[in-house]
Amino acid sequence: MTLAPETTDLKIELALDGDWFTVCDLSTLLPGRGVAALLPDGRQAAIFRDRCGDLFAIDNRDPFTGAAVLSRGLTGTHRGRPFVASPLLKQRFDLTSGECLDDETVRVTAYQVRIA
Amino acid sequence: MTATEGATPTIVLVGHGMVGQRFLEALAERGLTATHRVVVLCEEPRPAYDRVQLTSYFSGTTPEDLSMTDMEFIKDHGIELYVGDPAESVDREARRVTARSGLVVDYDVLVLATGSYPFVPPVPGKDAEGCFVYRTIEDLLAIEEYAKKAQVGAVVGGGLLGLEAAGALKGLGLTSHIVEFAPRLMPVQVDDGGGAALLRTIEEMGLSVHTGVGTQEVVVGEDGSVTGMKLSDGSELATDLVVFSAGVRPRDQLARDCGLTVGERGGITVDEQCRTVADPHVFAIGECALASDGRVYGLVAPGYEQAETAAATIASDEASFTGADLSTKLKLLGVDVASFGDAHGTAEDCLDVVYSDSRAGLYKKLVIGRDGTLLGGILVGDAEAYGTLKAFTGSVPPVAPESLVLPAGAGESVQLGPSALPDDAIVCSCHNVSKGTIRGAVTDHQCTTVPEVKKCTKAGTGCGSCVKVLGQLVNAELEASGVEVDKGLCGCFSQTREELYEIVLALRINTYQDLLDRHGREEARGGDGCETCKPTVGSIIASLAPTIGASGYVLDGEQASLQDTNDHFLANLQKNGSYSVVPRIPGGEIAPEKLIVIGEIARDFGLYTKITGGQRIDMFGARVEQLPLIWARLVDAGFESGHAYGKSLRTVKSCVGQTWCRYGVQDSVKMAIDLELRYRGLRSPHKLKSAVSGCQRECAEAQSKDFGVIATANGWNLYVGGNGGATPRHADLLAQDLSDAELVRLIDRFLMFYIRTADRLERTSTWLERIPGGLDHVRDVVVHDSLGICDELEQLMQAHVAHYRDEWAETINDPEKLSRFVSFVNAPDTPDPVVAFVPERDQMKPDLPLLSIGMRPAADVLEGSAQR
Ligand code: SRM
Ligand SMILES: Cc1cc2nc3c(=O)[nH]c(=O)nc-3n(C[C@H](O)[C@H](O)[C@H](O)COP(=O)(O)OP(=O)(O)OC[C@H]3O[C@@H](n4cnc5c(N)ncnc54)[C@H](O)[C@@H]3O)c2cc1C
Ligand code: SF4
Ligand code: FES
Repeated sequence: MTLAPETTDLKIELALDGDWFTVCDLSTLLPGRGVAALLPDGRQAAIFRDRCGDLFAIDNRDPFTGAAVLSRGLTGTHRGRPFVASPLLKQRFDLTSGECLDDETVRVTAYQVRIA
Repeated sequence: MTATEGATPTIVLVGHGMVGQRFLEALAERGLTATHRVVVLCEEPRPAYDRVQLTSYFSGTTPEDLSMTDMEFIKDHGIELYVGDPAESVDREARRVTARSGLVVDYDVLVLATGSYPFVPPVPGKDAEGCFVYRTIEDLLAIEEYAKKAQVGAVVGGGLLGLEAAGALKGLGLTSHIVEFAPRLMPVQVDDGGGAALLRTIEEMGLSVHTGVGTQEVVVGEDGSVTGMKLSDGSELATDLVVFSAGVRPRDQLARDCGLTVGERGGITVDEQCRTVADPHVFAIGECALASDGRVYGLVAPGYEQAETAAATIASDEASFTGADLSTKLKLLGVDVASFGDAHGTAEDCLDVVYSDSRAGLYKKLVIGRDGTLLGGILVGDAEAYGTLKAFTGSVPPVAPESLVLPAGAGESVQLGPSALPDDAIVCSCHNVSKGTIRGAVTDHQCTTVPEVKKCTKAGTGCGSCVKVLGQLVNAELEASGVEVDKGLCGCFSQTREELYEIVLALRINTYQDLLDRHGREEARGGDGCETCKPTVGSIIASLAPTIGASGYVLDGEQASLQDTNDHFLANLQKNGSYSVVPRIPGGEIAPEKLIVIGEIARDFGLYTKITGGQRIDMFGARVEQLPLIWARLVDAGFESGHAYGKSLRTVKSCVGQTWCRYGVQDSVKMAIDLELRYRGLRSPHKLKSAVSGCQRECAEAQSKDFGVIATANGWNLYVGGNGGATPRHADLLAQDLSDAELVRLIDRFLMFYIRTADRLERTSTWLERIPGGLDHVRDVVVHDSLGICDELEQLMQAHVAHYRDEWAETINDPEKLSRFVSFVNAPDTPDPVVAFVPERDQMKPDLPLLSIGMRPAADVLEGSAQR
């Protein structure tokens, strides 16, 4: 999907308990970087946009350190899977499934995202 | 209460220490947890933890970090673990164990893994308040607590554990003494020569060592707590705290009480299968066992082997434990100490090869048999060669033994690569992995990286001392088997960093995407790259920005997405998600007005302040949304970014120099400031540090810097390639007696040549050691211009200097960039609730428990927990 640059009124929405929760304008997201959003129940989500414009969202809390920082990590592609590397101890998490690529026993929540 | 269950046979393990845990893993690996009921009685209030690393508790490792027990594992295998419930008696006739809680378990197989207890010599006063032993996490917690009100501490026993304990006391801020009965430290592991080298180094660290004296009495004050010790030479030592570390004894009381055979000097007697000689239903493993070779092993590796042996025997597999190697390599108080094989030369007719330099705290001895076989050795101060030497033990090394112990640089020294090792040489003694097995992992199991080999063979996952040799072996094996070892930067680029630099410079490529799509690996083109190449390319683009027509501001356009989080927020990320702020203080010189500003800002934002090791001030605990507010005030007061976050110039430290110091021969402060201002903001493969000293006394420690300058009567001497940090290296002299202008020109060239040719995250010290030709080559290039590139190098630096702008000043004036400094995109005014603080020593520190629980219900907020 390619979007025209002046689509500022487009919003990013997150699937939460069967409902769509509006997070921010699409234009606030830099390709290749993330932002954090506060969810109604106090949890945090990290939302990313890749260079093609695809969106991803996972839990913001780094399970290895407990800090809420995954949104501040660097993103990339590993064997076709989009991932973010935690900025603290560098473990990578698959952005679509939330699975940790460096330790298959660890996984963070992944959220569905859409543009509306 | 009686816990019995149908007809499933039951294995009861008494003692959940390191060896007990390993035994459980071995049971699981052999499928025995599926066919047996497994009951574990654990005396300590916590399940098995890493006792070997116990002392690391004092350097910040938490009891949770030390844990070796994965509760998932226990659960998945249906193991019944009773924590804090020791076995009290065994009825061998009825095959029944009773625990303290009253729990009764019938067993088919009983395994004793009760470990040891610390031996406390029967001196008067030994039980007074203030006397401790050093074995469990609880012991350490008690010592830590007591040390708060103590000034002096003494350790009885100068063996391996005694030294560790003394180091820990020193770390707790106590004046520390070591009292050892034998005439030298570590009498079991090292000989007199090694002891002397160790003594010197340890005394230099400020510990007092008393050898050849025994402890006769612990002197107790009126309130019943320790006040001193009487020694066998008649002297008295004043101390507030005593730690006994005079050896350990097997915990065999339970076995004695139920009539099992124990050795004369303790230890439950077992056969080669680790089965007790008195009862085929009972096994003993680990430090409580007296092995079939008549020894009680006080190290963890032999215990692991016994655990495997017992599990195999229970599974009716063949295995035996007939004895083990007592090799050890330790880092005690920062000193390498290793001994292996027949370290004391007990074999008939053996000869020693000794290299000793007590001034440098070095002692190396090899024990060689008549036929040239390497039998063992001792290394103190430098145990680099331990892995290789230990593996050669028992064979005739392919080179003369002398050459193996001479220090590097002493002419004759030879580096024996691990490729020379025989296949049956044990490379990892913690897990008993041979070189052959490691090669097999590469050739048969297609492992291509060290982490894969570790996973496959377990090698390197214990004490870690073999990891270096492991890495060398894996690479050698890959190369030998024709796999071209991929020297590419990462999965996205097949080029090295140096090659990418040349491509970017020659083709004037100024975006990452362009570089990836045109020069990346086929499969990576069009993708999103990875966390390795993005910052590397980001750094190359930043180093060359003015020359290749890129923006010199790292948060502009695409460059923002390439930066590590620190560079992206222009601050250093801390463990709880807050940031630290380090303004530049060139040369370490700062006027009172500016000091006051820093103090005011720290006070107003409630930041933790600390003087750094780099002669400046760090303010910790800023939330991301506070960074712009803090910097607005700093910039206003004339401060600039200190780039503590960047792979770039950090600080140029200075000594006070000629202006004030009676010895100074040049103005070192001015030179340091000039250099710091010239190279500030220069992005490089790794961080760059520098220092300028006003005379040869070297108070600024310039010889430990990437480029260091020392004043002479005639000008400046320039040293390069120094390093403090993990692998310290003294800098090499590049040129002497330079004028100011010559000095600057040479540094310009040196830095640009380094930036051009170094690998990613390669400090100048490792770079200098790696590049072909080493220092001589670098001198040819930058002093004698042998490649004819000096003009270009100087121009590149000119361009950097001319285009430098302060990143923070630029950021606070750019609303779009500022909008990124929020915790939450949808709630810009809400701070991250995980970032909270608790008070400590008049300041604050991160609320660390909060990190593990994630969120605290409002009512449950820790007292003092500040939600600033
Ligand atoms: C703050 C400070 C410690 C202090 O409280 O004093 C510090 C803190 C950190 N050091 Fe350091 N180092 C600090 C002085 C040093 C020094 C002393 C010096 O500069 O004279 C050294 C040894 C000298 C040297 O580098 O050769 C030092 C050797 C290291 C190393 C090892 C580098 C090496 O080549 O072996 C690392 C790890 C690395 O860079 O890979 C490191 C990494 C770090 C990091 C960046 C670790 C991290 O990623 O979180 C720390 C974060 C800083 C922060 O959050 O602000 N720090 N570090 C010092 C900041 C100095 C400054 O004003 O900028
Ligand atoms: C500070 C320190 C540093 C060390 N450094 C090294 C090193 O560098 N290299 C090395 O190889 N070794 C080192 N060791 C030794 C190593 O820790 C031991 O060899 C290893 O822990 C032995 O394992 P184990 O399971 O036999 O005994 P332990 O780990 O002591 O476990 C025995 C457990 O059994 C429990 N127990 C006892 N009686 C009962 C009962 N009746 N019922 C239930 N439970 C019971 C005990 O509470 C204990 O938890 C070090 C030890 C210490 C203290
Ligand atoms: S290095 Fe020399 S000039 Fe500088 S403070 Fe030390 S003694 Fe004085
Ligand atoms: S020797 Fe300890 S991990 Fe290999």
